Amino acid sequence: MAKHHISTTINGEPVEFLCNTEQTMLDVLRDELHLTGTKEGCATGDCGACSITVDGRLVCSCLMLGVEAEGHAIQTIEGMADGDQLHPLQQKFLEYAALQCGICTPGFLVASRALLERNPNPTEEEARYWLAGNLCRCTGYDKIIRAVLDTAADMRGVS
Amino acid sequence: MAPDGTPDLKVVGTRPIRPDGVDKVTGRAQFGADFQLPGQLVGKVLRSPHAHARIRSIDTSKAEAIPGVKAVMTAADLPEITSEEAFVGEGPADFKDMSDNTMARRKTLYDGHAVAAVAATSAAAADAAIAVDYEVLPHVIDVEDAMVEGAPVLHDDMFTSGLDPKPTTPSNVAKRMVFELGDVDAAFEKADIVIERKYKTAPVHQGYIEPHACVAQYAADGQVQIYCSSQGQFMVRAYVAKLLGIDISEIRVTPLEIGGGFGGKTLVYLEPLAVVLSRKSGRPVKMAMTREEVFRGSGPTSGGTVWVKIGAKRDGTIVAGDSVLKFQAGAYAGSPVGPGCMTAFAVYDLQDVRITGYDVVTNRPKVAAYRAPGAPISNFGVESAVDELAHKLGMDPVELRLKNAAKKGTKAAYGPTFGDIGCVETLEAVKDHPNYKVPLGPNQGRGVAAGFWFNIGGESSATVNINEDGTAVVATGNPDIGGSRASMAMMAAEVLGIDVERVRPIVADTSSVGYCFLTGGSRVTFATGMAVVEASKSVVNELKARAAKTWDIPVDAVEWQDGEAIPAGSNAGDFEPLSLEDLAAKSGRTGGPIAATSSLNAQGAGPGFGTHLVDVEVDRETGHVKVLRYLATQDAGRAIHPSYVEGQIQGGAVQGIGWALNEEYIYDDKGRLENPGFLDYRIPVASDLPMIDTVVIEVPNPRHPYGARGVGEVPIVPPMAAMANAIQDAIGIRLTELPMSPPKVRKAVDEQAAAEE
Repeated sequence: MAKHHISTTINGEPVEFLCNTEQTMLDVLRDELHLTGTKEGCATGDCGACSITVDGRLVCSCLMLGVEAEGHAIQTIEGMADGDQLHPLQQKFLEYAALQCGICTPGFLVASRALLERNPNPTEEEARYWLAGNLCRCTGYDKIIRAVLDTAADMRGVS
Repeated sequence: MAPDGTPDLKVVGTRPIRPDGVDKVTGRAQFGADFQLPGQLVGKVLRSPHAHARIRSIDTSKAEAIPGVKAVMTAADLPEITSEEAFVGEGPADFKDMSDNTMARRKTLYDGHAVAAVAATSAAAADAAIAVDYEVLPHVIDVEDAMVEGAPVLHDDMFTSGLDPKPTTPSNVAKRMVFELGDVDAAFEKADIVIERKYKTAPVHQGYIEPHACVAQYAADGQVQIYCSSQGQFMVRAYVAKLLGIDISEIRVTPLEIGGGFGGKTLVYLEPLAVVLSRKSGRPVKMAMTREEVFRGSGPTSGGTVWVKIGAKRDGTIVAGDSVLKFQAGAYAGSPVGPGCMTAFAVYDLQDVRITGYDVVTNRPKVAAYRAPGAPISNFGVESAVDELAHKLGMDPVELRLKNAAKKGTKAAYGPTFGDIGCVETLEAVKDHPNYKVPLGPNQGRGVAAGFWFNIGGESSATVNINEDGTAVVATGNPDIGGSRASMAMMAAEVLGIDVERVRPIVADTSSVGYCFLTGGSRVTFATGMAVVEASKSVVNELKARAAKTWDIPVDAVEWQDGEAIPAGSNAGDFEPLSLEDLAAKSGRTGGPIAATSSLNAQGAGPGFGTHLVDVEVDRETGHVKVLRYLATQDAGRAIHPSYVEGQIQGGAVQGIGWALNEEYIYDDKGRLENPGFLDYRIPVASDLPMIDTVVIEVPNPRHPYGARGVGEVPIVPPMAAMANAIQDAIGIRLTELPMSPPKVRKAVDEQAAAEE
């Protein structure tokens, strides 16, 4: 069967790609577009390492087909920093040592940004439940949660 | 110098941003599955659907005829190798078994055992139909079932070693071992109170988020390139060489970033297959496991039974300890029952102690190392029993432990006498922490447990190169699994007397740096750190020599201070200091580039101790256990980068919470794994947990230049017993079997209610 021609927007840039019907958005990002910052941890929607946003909505790209990107705006980890200016969450993750191996980090950052866009002042419990779909096996989540809450405070202008 | 005699340190003990940090928060870092070569094929593994089966035949002809399929392999493509012990870092293994585990030769021994592999131009084509004719055999999953006479025998050449006389019939018990100190039976006569109980733990997977992945290229001249994520590029090189019969000089392994390992990436699964497929196809081959393959085909740690008997005087003095450990090793011999035995009573100062261990094969994936291999299993039994003893004595569980704690001069059951250790300090830190005094409500309970891990040293190399502008590159050969680039750069910066930002640490490939034993055993900061310090000191000596030459004074009249050469005193002459930049810029005229290498075998890794305190609340209706508060105290010797020390402690504790509450393999009656995914194999998520409080104790390790001890493994040892002890405190029920999942807790609550009626 012929491949599908898809027109979409990724990290603000218009992008066209060809994909098979059964290819997931995760496969398209990694294998066709070489945006390998989005990680595969399970391919079943359980670990959140492949988190992206579609029109601002947080999704597991392994649960989305590539063809579903048509006409939508995708954001991946590669679009999070502005040139060499890190997003405040990225900076705070570094300062808090909120990563050890780093494989889950892109997914956590994308998911955390989606949280703060909706809720600029999350409680610890809200942050923990929002991020419950992202697995980290290294950190025990402590420093990740602290980094997210402190970023939120900074972005609200609270010191 | 500080008043206690430790040197004033400018970099060690601070919290700089890790050198590889930006790559990892922007998605640029290349992990195992992120690498590719032009023209690469996709390699996939066909795995056994049976727990135990004889392979009658494999027909690859149909698969080979499929367009896009470029190579097919089976165990027939691997050389048959003879039995030879291989040291895999945290437990012994045999190369013959390793080969057979990589690809089944005559029998498949577990659901998920690799039987064939295909390389093709697309993933769809690689799923090619290979016909395997199996004769299904009876199987055995449980460790004690496997030890029963008449159990299905996995290996007809396995005769239990360590028995006298040696058995004449094969069994699933590979080995029996005994560690003994004093006269245990006589010592129990002196006890006023004896606790005796049996405990059981489930095998658990390391659960790294990154599945195994590699790319291999075999060239026509026999040169092999491997790009992979692992816990040791030199380990991959050695094992691939051995399993494929290739000279080490023909293989170059380039380490990619590793997305978690915890011991599970201290062996090879895909790499030898990718090399063979590349040789057969003439093209690079990329292979990556799915999550299901990780669960079915890679090694968890053992599950086991732990029988414990301890005796104490009425004043709380523990007079004797006895334990029998039966660990399942999976399909091949080599469970961590040895370290399980050696660590079992190591937090206590006992004169009379005995531990007997059995290494038992079952139809499950061959176990791999997992953080302090073996120790958490025996610790769960012993620390649960000690808690029960505290209840019987009416003693505070921390006081009871303090009364019996190992200290300097304690002789451990496994042989050595401890030097400077921090066991007592970690217990005191728990007692002094506010968490110890928080009032508890109904159905809430508090539990404590202490744990031990040896930590190891071993072979490491480091090269320090001074760049023309006075910055430095530090090359080592250990994959950075949790921030070790930061600690390597910090130790080099400390010696060189420069800002840590001026040191660029790299993890070099096997042809670009001297040999390093793998990343494991909590050894990298200690052993590789020692190599970095030694190489940096050599560089400083060279820099002093260059300054001496420039000033035309003897080298011993030059001192190195804050990144500058200065005259040692007024007698040495009056010279302006020469900075590292100055010396680097002029190095061409003073003798050439400045660089040094250190290769060593680090001895004297300081043993690690930790104590954990947890508060839980048990929901009697659902059986759910909520963790309210968690405190982990640990002796780190000297925290090089305290944030990553805390992180190791927090991460280990949370893996232990998962081990305690949820994680287990579920098999159907045919021995097939029913939960090979993160939905049903449930590791802790953020909403399950509170913050993990840490107290880092620093009892310096005299054998390390800055006093560092390994920290990565101790924190997974105490959590399971601490959780069981807290649940006991909350609802008055002693749970003896892991995981303490909601159905089991609810059942125990129901049984308690029925007993009270």
